[in-house]
Amino acid sequence: MPFDVPPYRLSGAVYGTLLNHRSALAALGDAVNGPPYGAPPDAPVLYIKPRNTLGKSGSVVRIPAGITELEVGACLGLVIGRTACRVSEPRALDYVAGYLIVADVSIPHASYHRPAIRFKARDGYCPLGPAVTACAAVANPDALAIRTYLDGALVQTANTADSIRPAARLLADVTDFMTLAPGDVLALGAAGPAPRVRSGQTARIEIDGLGSLSIPFMDAAS
Amino acid sequence: MMRARVAYAGAIHEAVPAPPSSRSPAGENLRLADGRVVTEEQVVWLPPFEPGTVIALGLNYADHAKELAFKAQEEPLVFLKGPGTLLGHRGMTRRPSGVKFMHYECELAVVIGRPAKRVARSQALEHVAGYCIANDYAVRDYLENWYRPNLRAKNRDGATVLGPWFVDAADVADPANLGLRTFVNGQLSQTGNTRDLIFGIPYLIEYLSDFMTLSPGDVILTGTPEGVVNVMPGDVVACEIDGLGRLVNTIAADGEFGR
Repeated sequence: MPFDVPPYRLSGAVYGTLLNHRSALAALGDAVNGPPYGAPPDAPVLYIKPRNTLGKSGSVVRIPAGITELEVGACLGLVIGRTACRVSEPRALDYVAGYLIVADVSIPHASYHRPAIRFKARDGYCPLGPAVTACAAVANPDALAIRTYLDGALVQTANTADSIRPAARLLADVTDFMTLAPGDVLALGAAGPAPRVRSGQTARIEIDGLGSLSIPFMDAAS
Repeated sequence: MMRARVAYAGAIHEAVPAPPSSRSPAGENLRLADGRVVTEEQVVWLPPFEPGTVIALGLNYADHAKELAFKAQEEPLVFLKGPGTLLGHRGMTRRPSGVKFMHYECELAVVIGRPAKRVARSQALEHVAGYCIANDYAVRDYLENWYRPNLRAKNRDGATVLGPWFVDAADVADPANLGLRTFVNGQLSQTGNTRDLIFGIPYLIEYLSDFMTLSPGDVILTGTPEGVVNVMPGDVVACEIDGLGRLVNTIAADGEFGR
């Protein structure tokens, strides 16, 4: 299902990358070597935010009954501009049309052993936007500050420079086994631990040069 | 009704089965919506409907879970797949060189026909448009214990085969009693029956639609029974499900893909 984010029509395929920010991996400490993981991730660990999760800036995200807080993973999203299959790292950014902000909303979950579909694939849990900023306007995707505010107060600052796989390397490794199509979005990975939000609060994510994304949270019942 | 989506002579067509003709007495024929009758070899088979979100189940047959030394899940093991992994009937799936264990998985695919949001088990089948066969390949060498099964093992290009036909729900009397069979080079290697699903179709639709709205075209691959074996380049893998046809696929080596 296409999803319009001016000036682009996205394909609707949105992929996230687990634990690609150094702080997210560090937040797990020695647990990465213990059961059930055995070792830190080797290849990029991806997840899918399906079409029912997609939303725009300002769309309300609902907190289900029995849950008090959600996490907001603030990510840089790479918007694919042309078919990317086995792209080389030096040429990888040639396949990117532009960038946007991706808010990967989840019900907090302690275990990353199984795909967290019930926690991450809920309706509206992937607001993105506010627009696609063309590549030409972004000097270096690997040096962008990401700031998350909660009701106006700064709660997290991160930088894409701290990615384990920078944008080009991630694209090269991912497209070795799965082709990305024009309009697909690949998110670089959120810093950890992700800020927690409650009903009635509004999160705002800012990325240098990409504008900001506003996400109001409400209880499912209200 | 059974229908396919095929590419032929410069366009994409809907097609239905046609009886053998003088032109093709033995093979399977198709009648395109515009009236032309063609053989199955003349067309390129696409997935038989336009898939939306692709939802897959792991370890959903007790025998297969046991085969892989897992205890049955308390909650369905669900993972998602992207559009790039989809492939039609008679296609080619690459086996990377150097891997030790790549296997097929014959599965019943359930296609959603009406939006489903918090649908009760008892009403779930009303939201099903129809069914097809899926062959959901895995390369076990690439499994890691992070969001397992991870996309590198399960979401590879061309590794999720759908077809050949989309079969209307009305033409499937009991989706909870369909035999599944996989043949590798003509040898029977996998058998099962959807009555042995741990989480059946109504349960899965209730479970999923409780947190994600399902839309027409979304598809649930319900998992595979025991009997998965390693396949090598050149192997022809045929998955059959009672009443849904026979989904054929060939394993190809890296060389075919310029690697």
